[in-house]
Order: sequence, then structure tokens, then C-alpha cells
Amino acid sequence: MVKVNNAEIEYYQYLNADAVASVDFSTLHPSVSHEQLLDYYRTMVSTRLFDAKAVSLQRTGQMGTYPSCLGQEAIGTAIGYGLHPEDVFVTYYRDIAAQLLRGVTMTEIMLYWGGSEQGNNYQASMALQDLPHCVPMASQCLHAAGVASAIKIRQQKRAVLVTCGDGATSEGDFYEAMNVAGTWHLPLVFVVINNQWAISVPRSHQTAAKTLAQKALAAGIPGEQVDGNDVVALQTRLSLALEKARNGEGPTVIEAITYRMADHTTADDASRYRDKKELDSMKKTCPVARLKKYLESHQLWSEEKENQLLQSSAEKINQAVKAYLETPVESVESLFAFHTAVPTLNISEELS
Amino acid sequence: MTSPSAPITLVEAVNQALHYEMSQDKDVIVLGEDVGINGGVFRATIGLHEKYPDRVLDTPLAESMIAGLSIGLSVQGLKPVAEFQFEGFIYPAFNQIISHASRMRNRTRGRLHCPIVFRAPFGGGIHAPEHHSESPEAFFAHIPGIRVVIPSSPAKAYGLLLAAIRDPDPVVFFEPKRIYRKIKQIVPDHGKALPLDKAFVLKAGHDITLVSWGAMVYETLECAKLLAQENISAEVIDLASIKPIDKQTIFDSVRKTGRLVIIHEAPRTCGVGAEIAALVAQHCFHDLTAPITRVTGYDIIVPYAQLEKEAMPSVEKMMAAIKQTLEIL
Repeated sequence: MVKVNNAEIEYYQYLNADAVASVDFSTLHPSVSHEQLLDYYRTMVSTRLFDAKAVSLQRTGQMGTYPSCLGQEAIGTAIGYGLHPEDVFVTYYRDIAAQLLRGVTMTEIMLYWGGSEQGNNYQASMALQDLPHCVPMASQCLHAAGVASAIKIRQQKRAVLVTCGDGATSEGDFYEAMNVAGTWHLPLVFVVINNQWAISVPRSHQTAAKTLAQKALAAGIPGEQVDGNDVVALQTRLSLALEKARNGEGPTVIEAITYRMADHTTADDASRYRDKKELDSMKKTCPVARLKKYLESHQLWSEEKENQLLQSSAEKINQAVKAYLETPVESVESLFAFHTAVPTLNISEELS
Repeated sequence: MTSPSAPITLVEAVNQALHYEMSQDKDVIVLGEDVGINGGVFRATIGLHEKYPDRVLDTPLAESMIAGLSIGLSVQGLKPVAEFQFEGFIYPAFNQIISHASRMRNRTRGRLHCPIVFRAPFGGGIHAPEHHSESPEAFFAHIPGIRVVIPSSPAKAYGLLLAAIRDPDPVVFFEPKRIYRKIKQIVPDHGKALPLDKAFVLKAGHDITLVSWGAMVYETLECAKLLAQENISAEVIDLASIKPIDKQTIFDSVRKTGRLVIIHEAPRTCGVGAEIAALVAQHCFHDLTAPITRVTGYDIIVPYAQLEKEAMPSVEKMMAAIKQTLEIL
């Protein structure tokens, strides 16, 4: 017997659930400063407040079905800060923090989940080339590979980052995307957001593989696990993977391990299939509380600052909600307006 | 490359169009299985890889991936021409085409769009293995936001493919493989595109209208010839654009002839013939002398090579239907 391959999956965590740092963040590569941590914290809190508002808008009949990102704020935050403006972000549908950091507005996000395609028409220059919310599972991974191919053909120094959930890793498109990314050495970072649940199906029923990250190895690309509730480890590992991609050193798969603290969407009731004890115990891993505790223990945060942040975030959110609610429904003509650059015969007839 | 005066086949015309457009537009990318050094299993992409090694991509073997990659390439402003090796292998790509390529423009309110050509050899009649002889045009014609085009000659393949590549939205381009090498035409390499939503009147006539597309056009013309021997004047229309349908050309013809026979290889139920029949029934009701008739593939699974011929519309079957239509006074 000859051993032809060694497969090892590394797990990265720098700030544990008790907010204890295992390393000095300033020695990390890339390092993470106190100022950065404060930025991350503000983004995470603001995201959580927005997320709660979105759920309440749905509950009060003012928005459509919405998939909460409660508990996943650190991942979106690290993605948003890790991407450069010229990079391309290919989202699934639970990346609020990342979208906000790309310049997508809260109003646009609410418009989308409120039932309008206008919400995908991002106006911010940074998000102009970002792909819209993607609901069919894992299909976006192939779009990301296509965008990365375009970047490679044009010999640009840009990276693409795509997200998908743990359930999506069972889809063929996920494997096909990793496979071509490896074969063509594409500037692409896959972030698998393993929140343990694909609606009612737990991670253990999704695959017999011990980790999702190891799926990358079959595609010939590196895969690793990161504590998805540890914004420090996420930021460091994502930045490295993105830099590697920009430098033409190929793709990476990062499995960010987190927990879906909410129902799958507002149309779901997780109490039907998920033990409350599990949820209660996982709440202790909360990325926001963890970072707050760390900041407080280093005298970087105070109740006063917290109150100021809550107030300023609430004001911003309320303004966005107002703008969303005041956005008129598009004309009926808009139904026909965007199918092809020039309406085809049948479409223009229906319109008339 | 062929000299301008030499006649070329349909597949050579596809190749000529690809060469022309890649030479003119650096954003055109060709991708698919075996399209590179091998030049495609039908040689439709031959010679492209030598000239444009960075823009002709041999992909791993995965059809959904070919479509998904094309979407990503196109939203970056490139113009992918994706080859599916056979129409029977396009089905894994269906999700990407229907859920994304066809609706990216609408979903983003015009922010992103997908100028993609999805090419595939199409139809039966070459004694191919299973899953190599399908006629799935109706599936794609049902998708809002894409065009479906089927050329029936070298000149049309050249002109329509150029138009498809230049179109800013996704086009499914089915190439009738039965006539890939059956006929030759002189096709000047002038880069002129044909219109993407026009049917072509191949032969004018006043007694009956015959509508067909792809390889079936030749059996249809053969019928017209046989009818002419009996002093019956048939008008033959090559639909060419399956979606959108050039209704006016069909209506004008039926208003003149009062009789319509539609011929296609695909199964009958919910085939494109049904759409044409419904349109004509609604808009030309008072002009019709006889019921609209369809000669199509049966509602059966595409047979393997041995019985393939039995399942396809033949000149005999077509003539029988045409005669029946003509008998009604």
C-alpha cells in the first residue's frame, strides 16, 4: 500500500465563546486592531437590529417572507470588511451585514423581501457588479466561478467571494463550481455558512462527511473550518484567502461554523423539529455578545457607547423603513419592461 | 478557412460565424466540452483555440456548470457562446437557464444582463446513440426572457448565429445536426447578421401554407415539389425564430392560402406547432378553409437508432396530411 494523499482540515478560532483570546490579535496576519474590532461590533449590532426590524415588519404584514440572519452577523461582517471595492460579492440570501458593507441599502434589502425586484437593483458603486440575492440553492456558486473566470481572462487583480449554506453543499452546482475553480485556478473564495440546519434537516443528515470543508479537497483546493461566530478568526482567514485569490494563487473553501438562531424564514417554525435546549445552549456562542464581552473586558466599550450605538442604529433603520414603506409599487408596465433589452414581439403585444 | 467562393456546410457556417465574431469582438468567449483543441465533436469550433487560446475554454464535463459559468462571464460584460455537446445533455443546465440566465435582467431591473448564446446540435435522424436525437425547442420557447432560434441552412446559420451573439440577451441556438453536412452554400464572410425574429418564406405559393423549421424544412420543400407536379402551389415558411414567433408572416400566408400544415420533429403535445395553430385559429379563423393540421413526432420517447425513422415525420406522412387538408372544400 502506498499513501497517495493526506487530507487534513484545520479549524481556526482566535476568540472563543467565553470571549477569551487565544492569541494577541495584533500579531495575527493580517492583524486585527482595536479600531477594527469596534467597527465590526458596530456593524454586527446594527445588522442585528435591522434583522429584528425586518422580522417585525413581516410579522405586522408590512414585508414578505424573510430569512433572518440572527446569529450569523460575524460572517457577513468579516466578508464585508474583507472584500475590496473592486472585488465581486455573490450572495445567497442571509448575508445582510456583508451587503450593507458593500453599500447595498437597508431600503433595497427591505424592498427585495417586500416583494420587489427593485431591491436587486443596487445603486452603490461598490455593489454594481455584485450578484442579486440567489434563492435556488448553490446555483450562485457557478455564477461566482463565471465571474472569477472573467476576471482571470482579463488578468485583473480582483477576487470573487460566494456564500452558500450547509444544505447547498449537497447540490451538484456546489461540487461543479468547486471543481472548475480548482481546475482553472480561479480567484474565488467559497464561504460555506454552516448554520447546522437546512430548514428542518440537521447538518448530520445532510452528509456523512465529517466536515463540509473537506469537500474542497476532492476538488483539489484547500478547505478549512473557521469559527463562524468569531469575527477575528473569520476576518483573518477570509482576508488571507481573498488576498491569495487576488494574487492568482487559486481558490479556497472556508466552512464558517455558526448556528441559525432563528427559524429558517418567517414562514417556518423551528420548534416543530428543533430541541429548544439545543437553541438555548447555542445562544451562548453568540458572536455579538462574545465580541461585546471582549471589548468590555479591554475597556474599549461601555454602556454609554452601547446606548449611543443602539440609538443611532435605530434612527438609521427607521429612516430606511420609512423610505421602504414610501417607495411606490412599480407600474404594471414594469412587469414587461426588463425581459430583453428591446421587448420582443410577444411581450410588446401583451403590454399593449 | 474556406475561401469566400467555396460553398460550405451548415456546421462550417457556424464555425465561420464564430471565427468572424471572435476576430471582431474580443469579448466573445467560446466554452464547452471538447470545444478547444478538438474543435468540438462536430468541429463547429475548429481552429478557434489556435487563434484565441485564452478565449476558447475546454470546460470540465458538467452542463449546469457550462450554463452557470456563462452567466458569471456575461454579467462581467463578456459574451459567452456555450456549446452543449448534444441537445439531450442540456437538461442539467435547465435550472441555470430558466432560473438565472433568462431572468437576470428582470431580477436586477436591468442592472445585470446575460448576453449568452447556448448552442447545441439538435434533432434526430443521424442514427446516434440514445439521448442524442431530441427536439426540446418547446421547453425553451416556454421560458420568458430568452430567444430560441433554429437555422435551416448554412447562410441562415451564419447570419442568425452572428445575430444571436450580438443580441444582449440569452439565445438558445439549436443546430439541426441531420443537415450539418447535407447541403452546401456559398456564404460570404461579410459579418452581416440576419434578423432574430423573422420567419423566412422559402417558396411562395397560394394553395396551402407549410410551416416548418430546422432539418424538416427539406422534407417540407420536397412536399412542395411533389405538390407542384400536381399543380398545387404550396407556400413554405421556415420559422427560424421559434421564440418569438413571427406571426405576421404566417398570418399573411394563411390569409392567402386558407390552409395550414405545421411540421416538426418534436412530440405533438404542447409542441411549438400547437402555439402556431392556436395563433392562426384565433387570428385567421375566417380565412381558414380547412382545419389546421400538424405532422409531428409522436408523443413517444425518442427512439433509439433502429426505429428512429419510423418516429420522424416523413414525406409520405406529410403528403398524406397535406392531401387530407387540401381535400376539404
